[in-house]
Amino acid sequence: MALYPKPAEGSWTEHFPGVGTGVLSYEDCISPEFYEAEREAIFKRAWLNVGRVEDVPRVGSYFTKEIEVAATSLVVVRDLTGQVRAFHNICRHRGNKLMWNDYPRAETAGSCRAFTCKYHGWRYDLTGKLTFVQQEGEFFDLDKADYGLVPVHCEVWAGFIFINLAESPEPLQVFLGAMVTDLGGYPFDALTERYDFTADIRCNWKIFLDAFQEYYHVPVLHSQEATPAARPKMPGFEAPYYNLDGPHRMVATSGPPRRLWPTDYQYPIEIATRSGLFGPWNEPDLGDDLPGVNPGGIKAWQMSNFQIFPNMEILIWQTGWYMLYRYWPTSHNTHRFEGSLFFPPARTASDRAAQECAVVMFKEFALQDAGMLVGTQQGLESRAVRDDFPLNDQELLVRHFHNSVASWVDDYQRAHPVSVTR
Amino acid sequence: MTEAVLPADFSDLEPFAATWCLATEAERYARRMASTMAELEAFYQAGFPRIGEALGYCDKFPLDGLPDDAHHLLQLVHSLIMVAMCVEIWHQPNVIDGADAVLDRVAEPLP
Amino acid sequence: MPLPAEFADLEPYLAWALPTESERYARRLDSSLVEMQTFYDAAFPRLEEAIVYCDEHPYDDLPEDARTLLRLMQSLVMVSFPVEVWKQARVPDSGAAYLTVTAEPVV
Repeated sequence: MALYPKPAEGSWTEHFPGVGTGVLSYEDCISPEFYEAEREAIFKRAWLNVGRVEDVPRVGSYFTKEIEVAATSLVVVRDLTGQVRAFHNICRHRGNKLMWNDYPRAETAGSCRAFTCKYHGWRYDLTGKLTFVQQEGEFFDLDKADYGLVPVHCEVWAGFIFINLAESPEPLQVFLGAMVTDLGGYPFDALTERYDFTADIRCNWKIFLDAFQEYYHVPVLHSQEATPAARPKMPGFEAPYYNLDGPHRMVATSGPPRRLWPTDYQYPIEIATRSGLFGPWNEPDLGDDLPGVNPGGIKAWQMSNFQIFPNMEILIWQTGWYMLYRYWPTSHNTHRFEGSLFFPPARTASDRAAQECAVVMFKEFALQDAGMLVGTQQGLESRAVRDDFPLNDQELLVRHFHNSVASWVDDYQRAHPVSVTR
Repeated sequence: MTEAVLPADFSDLEPFAATWCLATEAERYARRMASTMAELEAFYQAGFPRIGEALGYCDKFPLDGLPDDAHHLLQLVHSLIMVAMCVEIWHQPNVIDGADAVLDRVAEPLP
Repeated sequence: MPLPAEFADLEPYLAWALPTESERYARRLDSSLVEMQTFYDAAFPRLEEAIVYCDEHPYDDLPEDARTLLRLMQSLVMVSFPVEVWKQARVPDSGAAYLTVTAEPVV
C-alpha cells in the first residue's frame, strides 16, 4: 500500500526514540488501583482544559466545572480586571458547595458581582476575597483575610482556559510545549458558533480517547463514512504525518476536500446542504498564515488532530473549523465525554443548514465509537488476554499515550512511594 | 384544516410540518428514533428535492430575523438532514453499531 | 352537590379536593404557575367563610360537602407558597430533595 513515504527509520513508531514496537498492556484501563494512581499522578498534576474564554465573556461571568476524577468542583470567573480565575467551588465557612443552581451536582453558569453562599450568606468578591460574614461578631477571632476562596492555578492559552490542581505547577506554556503552542496564532476567536455534546460512556477514558487518535479503525467501524460507491476504493488508512512532543502528540491527514470528490462519493444530503462529514463547503477567510496547524508541511493538508495530555483534543480542519474533545474519567471503567464543534458565526439559513449537516454527521459516527467501546471495556475486563496487544504503525499515538500515562504515574509513585500501590 | 405554518410555495410539505418542525436537535433525534423507516422515507422523498429551494427562500432574510414561516421551513430542513442519515446511510432509524449509546447536544445556536 | 351551595363558584377547582398531602404536593408539581394562580385567586378570598362553614360542624363528623370544601382549602395552603413566595412550583434550591409524609390525620 504505502500511500505516503515512511521516515528513514522505516516506520513512524521507530522514528521516535523510546516509543518501542512491543505489545501493549491494557491493564491501565481496567484496574481500579491504577485509576486511583491516575487521579493523583495525572489529574491533580497536569494542566486541564475546562473551557474557552467565550464561556466568561464579561466581568462577573462565571461557570462551574465538576471534576469527579479530582473529587472537586471549580468555579471559573472573569474578575473586575478581566483576569480569568479559578477557585474550588466551596464556601470556607462549613464546606458547602458555593455556586450551584437547581441541583448541587449539576454544573451551572451565569454572571454575578460576588459569590454568595446559599447556606449562611458568606460573600466573596471575584478575586475570591471574603468580603462579608453574616453576624460576624458571633465568631471567635475571625480574620476574614484568612478565609478567602481556595484558589486553583488558572492560565489561558489561545483562548483555552486551563486549570491545574497542583501546588506549584510548571507554567502552562512550558507544559504545552512548542508543538502545541505553535498553534497559538490560529484564529480560534473567530470561530465562535458552537455546538456542545456530552455523553456518559461505560468505558475507561483512555479507551475512548484511543479511538479518536488512530484512523486505522475508520474504514472498518465507520465504513459508512464512505458512500457505497466509494467504499471499495478505501481499503485502509494511512496518515502522512505524525509528531510527538513530550506527552502531547498529533496526526495530520491529507487529501482533497470532500466537496471535490465525485458526486457518488458524497451522500446526497452533503451535496444538498453543501456540507458534510468534513465540514461546510464555504470556507471562511481566516487569513493565509495559520501557524502550527500543519507542522509537517504536508501537501494537500486536510486536518490536524492534536492530543494534548492528558484528556484534551483539538482537531483543526483546513476548511476553517475545529473540534474540541475532552474525556473526563468518572471511575476506572466510566467517563464523561465532552465534544464541541466551532464554526464562524452563521449569517444565513444556508450557513446554518451547512453547520447542522456537519454536526449531525459528527454525532452519527461518534455514536458508533460510543456504542462499540463499551464492548472493548468488557472484553478487556475479562482478562482473557493480558499484556499482549499488538499495535501497528498507524497506532503510534495510542502507544505514546499509554506510555505517557504510565510515565506520569511512575514518576509520581517514585516521588510518593507510600501512596497508592498497583 | 389547521393553519399553514410554511411559506405558500412549500404547501406540499405542510403535512410534515406538525411532526418535523422542531426547534432542537434533541427533539429531532427523538422523533427520528420514534419513527419507522416508512415514515422517514415518506418525509425524505417529499422534502429532500426541496432543500435547495427552501434554503434559497430562507436566505432572503437575515438569519436572526427570519419570519415565522421561513423559520419553520429551516426547522424542516434541519429535520431532513437528520432523516437523511437514516435514509442515505444506515437504512434504519438508529446508527449501525451505535448500541444504546447516547450523545446529547447540550448547547446549539438557534435558529 | 359536591360543595356547599354558597361555594358553588369553586366547583371548577374540585380536582384540588385531595385527601392526602402527597396527592396535593404531586398535583402542585404537575401544575403550572398560571393554573395555581387561577385556583388561588378564586379560593383565597373564600378561605375565612369556608373555615366558618366547616366549624359549624363537629370536626369528626363533617358532612360530605364540608369535607370536600376543607380539602380544597388544604390545597389552597399547598399552592400559597408557590404563588406568594416561590413564583414556581418547586422550592428554590431544593435540588432533587424530597420529604415524604408517611403519616398524617386525613380529613
